[in-house]
Amino acid sequence: MAESRVKLSKKDRLAVAWRSTFLQGSWNYERMQNGGWCFSMIPAIKKLYKTKEDRAAALKRHLEFFNTHPYVASPILGVTLALEEDRANGTEVDDAAIQGVKVGMMGPLAGVGDPVFWFTLRPMLGALGASLALGGNILGPIIFFVAWNLIRWAFMWYTQEFGYKAGSKITDDMSGGMLQYVTSLASIMGMFVLGGLIERWVNITFTPKVSTVKLQQGAYIEWDKLPKGAEGIKQALIEYKNGKGLSLTPEKVTTLQDNLNSLIPGLAALLLTFLCMWLLKKKVSPIIIIIAIFIVGILGHVVGLL
Amino acid sequence: MSAISMILVVLVAFLAGMGGILDEFQFHQPLVACTLIGLVTGNLEAGIILGGSLQMIALGWANIGAAVAPDAALAAVASAIILVQGGQGVKGVGPAIAIAIPLAVAGLFLTMLARTIAVPIVHFMDAAAEEGNFRKIEMWQIVGIAMQGLRIAIPAAALLVIPSSAVRGFLESMPAWLNEGMTIGGGMVVAVGYAMVINMMATREVWPFFAIGFVIAAVSDLTLIALGALGVSFGLIYLELKKNAGNGGNNGGSSNTGDPLGDILNDYE
Repeated sequence: MAESRVKLSKKDRLAVAWRSTFLQGSWNYERMQNGGWCFSMIPAIKKLYKTKEDRAAALKRHLEFFNTHPYVASPILGVTLALEEDRANGTEVDDAAIQGVKVGMMGPLAGVGDPVFWFTLRPMLGALGASLALGGNILGPIIFFVAWNLIRWAFMWYTQEFGYKAGSKITDDMSGGMLQYVTSLASIMGMFVLGGLIERWVNITFTPKVSTVKLQQGAYIEWDKLPKGAEGIKQALIEYKNGKGLSLTPEKVTTLQDNLNSLIPGLAALLLTFLCMWLLKKKVSPIIIIIAIFIVGILGHVVGLL
Repeated sequence: MSAISMILVVLVAFLAGMGGILDEFQFHQPLVACTLIGLVTGNLEAGIILGGSLQMIALGWANIGAAVAPDAALAAVASAIILVQGGQGVKGVGPAIAIAIPLAVAGLFLTMLARTIAVPIVHFMDAAAEEGNFRKIEMWQIVGIAMQGLRIAIPAAALLVIPSSAVRGFLESMPAWLNEGMTIGGGMVVAVGYAMVINMMATREVWPFFAIGFVIAAVSDLTLIALGALGVSFGLIYLELKKNAGNGGNNGGSSNTGDPLGDILNDYE
């Protein structure tokens, strides 16, 4: 046992966490996040190893292939910090063990990070912000940006600390119920909100007129019989809105969309979404689907369907 | 556009380019990037609305593993610049969205290019590691990030150089039917993003929640926050009930319960 144990201070760990923000900066097709991972580990390597040989070995060790969801890299960094600390203090931790922990954790954790962050949290915060933004409200982008970064930073720091404290035991903890619970909750909530988003935000309006019915006299506003000027407008508004709910035109026009809406609002949007899901499962590129939809929109508009 | 605005636009583009690869601060998300460009050019409202519209389309775009999603950063930055140059304000949002889509595809190639250029960069890091040289590794990491920033900043600067009268002329030469058709397409294209997300998350267990969400959203008095609160509550209630339902909790969880609708879609040839 070494007489003076080298420990990573909170400051060192904060430095690692901050650097891991840039994890994907040198993302490459050969070893993916390896450069960023090594970059993140540098403050720890500096503190733990003093000789040039040890440092070079540590740097090379952390330039190995690595790829996961960028936020869940944090708990893996935490565990790796704990392992490196043990190693620097003389415990027998070989390269294979460190690489094994990294590779062993990155797959399962990416499986959690992708659905929770990319497919639940971001669509939801994004849709919340965007729905405000569509009305020109600056709060939309601000809420999105602030909330996202608060959640992200809190997640990254606390899970890194958790990984550091738990060390290699973390893998047991994570196979437990908590992770499963969070993933289930996220996907339930995500699906619920997605259902809502499709109803609200996928806009398809079929314009063809299904029927034009002549209304009975007295069911519509007779514009030529109104008094002149402002008085006439006032009376028209009263007839339209308040007392009598009269129609603006002598005919009642029903478009295809009105019929669909009385059946199921948003049905067309739902069907379009299912079609897209099916095409995506058939490995059709999303880009091609997007371009096709634009073409359908233009053609549909030209022939008067949309 | 003033020189200061131009510099700020390029700066925003640089941040968006970095964001596109890092995926941390979210500067590359249209909601943020378009708003910032609107802000520095004095078109705040149009920028926010464009950002919101594009965000709706880009909700499901995410880099999974080594796969690259359509490039939200280039789409957001370039379409916002075109919107500003076109000078039509809020009215120009529709055409700007349609322009953004091909740009997102073009951005894909730039992203792949940048990720390939990053390969030699990590080889330089290897060499630096051999010498135990921290400085050099840090330097190359920063070079890598800056390269990703330039990926968006250079096209943005190029777009700024094109005189705004040319952009305006181009936009005004587009016939109305094309414009309106593209706006209609923009309203539908959102479905692709949702479909991508659903394909990732759907299991037999969670489909009913999708149905409930779809039906409840027709009640237009409910805000998105209300929908979110309902979603959390349903989820908590369901998971609590499931836990109490017994089974020793052994086979609980949503482990590969399958995706019936997905299977139907798969089988439907």
